[in-house]
Amino acid sequence: MKLPAFEYACPTRLSEAVALLAARNGDAKLIAGGQSLVPMLAFRLAAPALLVDLRKLPELRKIEISTKGVVLGSMVRWCDILAHARLGDAHPLLLAAVAHVAHYQIRNRGTIGGSIAHADPAAEIPGIVLSCEAEIATVGTAGPRVIKAADFFVGPLMTVLEPDEIIVEIRFPAWPAQRRWGFQEFARRRGDFAMAAVAVWYDQDDGGKARDAHVGAIGVGDRPQRLSAVEAVLNGRSIDDATIAQAEAAACAAVDPQADIHASADYRRALVGTMVERALKSACSGSSKS
Amino acid sequence: MRTVNSFIGSPIERLEDLRFLRGRGEYVDDLARPGMLHAAILRSPVAHGRIRSIDTARALTIPGVHSVITAADLGLPVPLVPMRLQPLPQFEPFAQPVLAHAKVRYVGEALAVVLAESAALAEDALEEIDVDIESLPAVPDRHASAQDHSILFEEKGSNLALKFHAVMGDATAACRDAAYTRRESFRVQRHMAMPMETRGLLAEWDAASGRLTVNGAAKVLFFNRRTLAKQMGLAEDAIDMVENDVGGGFGARGEFYPEDFLIPFAARHVGRPVKWIEDRREQLMTVNHAREHECDIEIACARDGTILALRGHAYSDVGAYMRTNGAVAARNVAQFMSGPYRIPNIDIDVALQLTNKTPVGTYRGPGRFETDFFRERLLDMAAGDLGIDRVEFRRRNLVSKAEMPYSIATITPHESKDEFDSGDYQVTLDRCLAEIGWTEKAKLQGKLVDGRYHGLGVGCFVEGGAAGPKESARLVLETDGSFTVYVGSSSVGQGLETVFAQIAADALEIPMERIRGVFHGSTSYVSDGYGAYHSRSVVMGGSAILAAAAGLRDAIRARAAQRLGCEPTAVALLDGKAQGPAGRSIALSGLAEAAISFEGSFLNKKHTYAYGAHGAHVAVDLKLGHVELVDYVAVEDCGRIINPMTLRGQVIGALVQGLGGAFLENLVYDEQGQFLTGSLADYLVPTASDFPNLRAVVLESHPSPINPLGAKGAGEGGILPVGGVIANAVANALASFGVEPRELPLSPSRIWHLVRDARNRRPAQ
Amino acid sequence: MRVQFKVNGQDVDVDAEPRLTLADCLRHRLRLTGTHVGCEHGVCGACTVIVDGAAVRSCLMLAVQADGVEVVTVEGLSHDDRLTPLQASFRKHHALQCGFCTPGMITTAHALLIEEPDCDAERVREVLSGNLCRCTGYISIVEAVLDARSAYGHEENERAKEPARGPAKDLA
Repeated sequence: MKLPAFEYACPTRLSEAVALLAARNGDAKLIAGGQSLVPMLAFRLAAPALLVDLRKLPELRKIEISTKGVVLGSMVRWCDILAHARLGDAHPLLLAAVAHVAHYQIRNRGTIGGSIAHADPAAEIPGIVLSCEAEIATVGTAGPRVIKAADFFVGPLMTVLEPDEIIVEIRFPAWPAQRRWGFQEFARRRGDFAMAAVAVWYDQDDGGKARDAHVGAIGVGDRPQRLSAVEAVLNGRSIDDATIAQAEAAACAAVDPQADIHASADYRRALVGTMVERALKSACSGSSKS
Repeated sequence: MRTVNSFIGSPIERLEDLRFLRGRGEYVDDLARPGMLHAAILRSPVAHGRIRSIDTARALTIPGVHSVITAADLGLPVPLVPMRLQPLPQFEPFAQPVLAHAKVRYVGEALAVVLAESAALAEDALEEIDVDIESLPAVPDRHASAQDHSILFEEKGSNLALKFHAVMGDATAACRDAAYTRRESFRVQRHMAMPMETRGLLAEWDAASGRLTVNGAAKVLFFNRRTLAKQMGLAEDAIDMVENDVGGGFGARGEFYPEDFLIPFAARHVGRPVKWIEDRREQLMTVNHAREHECDIEIACARDGTILALRGHAYSDVGAYMRTNGAVAARNVAQFMSGPYRIPNIDIDVALQLTNKTPVGTYRGPGRFETDFFRERLLDMAAGDLGIDRVEFRRRNLVSKAEMPYSIATITPHESKDEFDSGDYQVTLDRCLAEIGWTEKAKLQGKLVDGRYHGLGVGCFVEGGAAGPKESARLVLETDGSFTVYVGSSSVGQGLETVFAQIAADALEIPMERIRGVFHGSTSYVSDGYGAYHSRSVVMGGSAILAAAAGLRDAIRARAAQRLGCEPTAVALLDGKAQGPAGRSIALSGLAEAAISFEGSFLNKKHTYAYGAHGAHVAVDLKLGHVELVDYVAVEDCGRIINPMTLRGQVIGALVQGLGGAFLENLVYDEQGQFLTGSLADYLVPTASDFPNLRAVVLESHPSPINPLGAKGAGEGGILPVGGVIANAVANALASFGVEPRELPLSPSRIWHLVRDARNRRPAQ
Repeated sequence: MRVQFKVNGQDVDVDAEPRLTLADCLRHRLRLTGTHVGCEHGVCGACTVIVDGAAVRSCLMLAVQADGVEVVTVEGLSHDDRLTPLQASFRKHHALQCGFCTPGMITTAHALLIEEPDCDAERVREVLSGNLCRCTGYISIVEAVLDARSAYGHEENERAKEPARGPAKDLA
């Protein structure tokens, strides 16, 4: 499974990278960690004429934590996120999801920008980005723009990115310390793509009722989904067993998964409900470990 | 053999580790030769069709692409892959041509060989070859196969290759008269050996001497050489098959495949060394598949639980051709369905159905894993119906020590009769139950604890090993007093160098350090070798070493007697010296001007039967369909333990492969015969985090009477009962729902559906 | 393209086409065949090497991306005349059979133990879950890595940066 032939460029300026992409009119691809791209090349599912490497652009590697939230440069690797002393407190849901990504060696190379651009429907971080209403800042020949997560993923391995557009950073809104959250994933084996995964978070009003609930489902559609029907069940209510049961049922009704060689559609549908149930239970108990 | 300070029985650390741990192993892809070309194989994208044309013109224009070989270049008739085991004439029409011509019959079938300056260029060239195939309706499974609408070999008029029949007593009468019968259908999915190293060959043709050297051979080098010699019109001794380090075999690596002709042929055809390294997708798609069997079987018992009969039909999905050992699993399904149990009336037939899928071959415990699953499930069901404890039910029916040797069902078309050699099956069952804590855990059965349902399962097995007819070893006393061991057995990673060094050191009565090396497999090492299959290496290779050692010691004594001027019987070999009468002695180093060599053989017509029992404790999460293996114990008695450390390694390794088969592994085709699991992201094998709670206990209480070591082949036992034991444990856990698994793998989705379907059948529960 | 990097402490200078993976570069251009190729799509871990201190899948890295980095392969974690404590532990626990996955296990375990000499069994299993083995069933590999932890205490890790000392073992 040798790779098809391509040219390679490793620019030292972001504008140069954009220009290189633009000049090839869609026949060039960015390479970040390569953990998703290189296997595609090995299977000859893609054969770009040029790879543009982002590794010499240090401005893409920042990790900034402020009162406005968390900003991660697109070339930040999973291991950088896991190793960062303060990210665990600044955004525990992100950390919990990243811990599920692939395997040790992959986490040493794979990047958050690469994962989002690749947009695998069963990948964790696109689901987190969507669930947290993050923003994706890009540059292209048309200039910089900021894309809301809800607008970003359009299909399996499909995003709104233009061929000459490069993700620069991902901006997560601030995460209040009292926020309740849960992340549950079930895969065939540790590190496999999720058969289904769910991220939930909510804040609470003074009466302990949930508000601003966000529920994201991964792996049960052609892209990550916000389960607004489930959010509607949660908002304004105490998260007790009855609410959770109703939320589980709403989740099953809200998704339309496809069968594949690993699982039937009915199983996946039920699994999403179970993931919602368990994520909510862990959110309630405050033991927000998945 | 001395009994003091014996190496046999000791957990000696392995000699081969010294190179493997430092990355100094030499596998075929580590080799290079000047002027070497790289081969890539063009493979059929279509499961069933007539080849109209193969146009290589564009591919040949790529710089660095040297040539393309198609069936037209091979001359007529196109060579066929012969059968090595059970080569019955009925199978001959279904032999695979080394390159497809006229028809293709499975996705992945070889159509052409591209030779280029690099592997990457050869792969680039594949994309530039235009293949025109007229599609024919695919035969995707054994049901379609049996309908005979679309026929793979039109001249034959049928997709049924053969039926094996296992018979003992009168099962029809026994079932008719029995107080209790139960009929069930079961299925095991297609999966495969998948060793970590893919196949590879490096072939060199020396035109001046007319000699062919093939690196990358494995398992059965002498048979492969014989085959290749015939196919290429060469004398056998004009070919050297070299066994390098081999990264796993499990039955699949080393059999003669089309590439085993194509690559050497290419080397001679173009006059340059040719290297071919299989990639993982190719391996999954083209190396022998295995395990896909279904059955409809019936058990008959007396009210007291005595098993009276086992009868029924089994179906083997053998894929598109009968390759070297494609019939073994099917035959074993019939012959070993009774396992270690006394079943006096048996009537089981197995239909070998051809389909448009990759051909099958043996994979560790071929047919036995499947048939043990079928049988052990049926035993638990019968015990439940009869109200007899599952363990007690097994005890009542296990063949007893007093009945050894115990004959099993006869297979037709005719095979030699088989019998269990020795053993006490109650002992290993007892030990297994004690180790897993069966009595203490009994109260957990079917209980919901911390959100999961707990269950226990047990199963017993026999492992046939030591296939004959022969193996050879050559021992050499070098002029410096060290010894070299050559053996016809093949290493596929199981630690033969160490185990054979232990056996040789004990037989020669020397310290292990005096053995300079153990060389295995390659055709230049012994005159007549057989290889590694059917767990035969310790018994056959080890016994051959004993024969060679005895002969070498005689030869050494004879030589020493000449020099000492005495009778050979007056010479004793001790401490690196040949000692004669009156205190005179000669050091072995410098005993003779040249090395002294002796080749010995061991002939064998009988099989050994290691045996044992496995137990499992599972906890099932209903909503996820996930099964946690809380504890698993494998107990095996293999007659005589040469190295307990490597033996336990075999048991645990086999066990984890069995768990892969029970839970994860699945080779999937669609209705058009398209292969859907061509990557390791889709073909799931166990990882380090999946099954952490496993234990193996190895015993040696009943040596085998059929070889001088008393050993029994033990490389496969660990896998055999796993499917049945796991499924029984899951059934036990979910008994309150009436869930009865009948099919593997027990994926989360399958378990979830079993529970839902069971609930739908019994809404009041 | 010209690529210059360090392998096992030595400078290397290779002319590599962009599509040449680091794995193939190490194996076929530099003849360091200890690193094995098992799948070429980033799943099996047999190709694991250490790049700038981190265990990575060398089949997913292009040689041209290695420009300026420091690579350590299994050969760089070995001595001519003796086994390292990690290797000796693998041998003691029979943590290998055919040896094909072994270099990847050694490099991964080494990288883990350098960073986390106090890792527990679950962490070892989790980290090694990205390295496939078909022979051993993993139990002995995990035991071997755990047993090697004592050789990777914090002082030992400092000492690991110098040539290893210790009694010579007779290696074949």
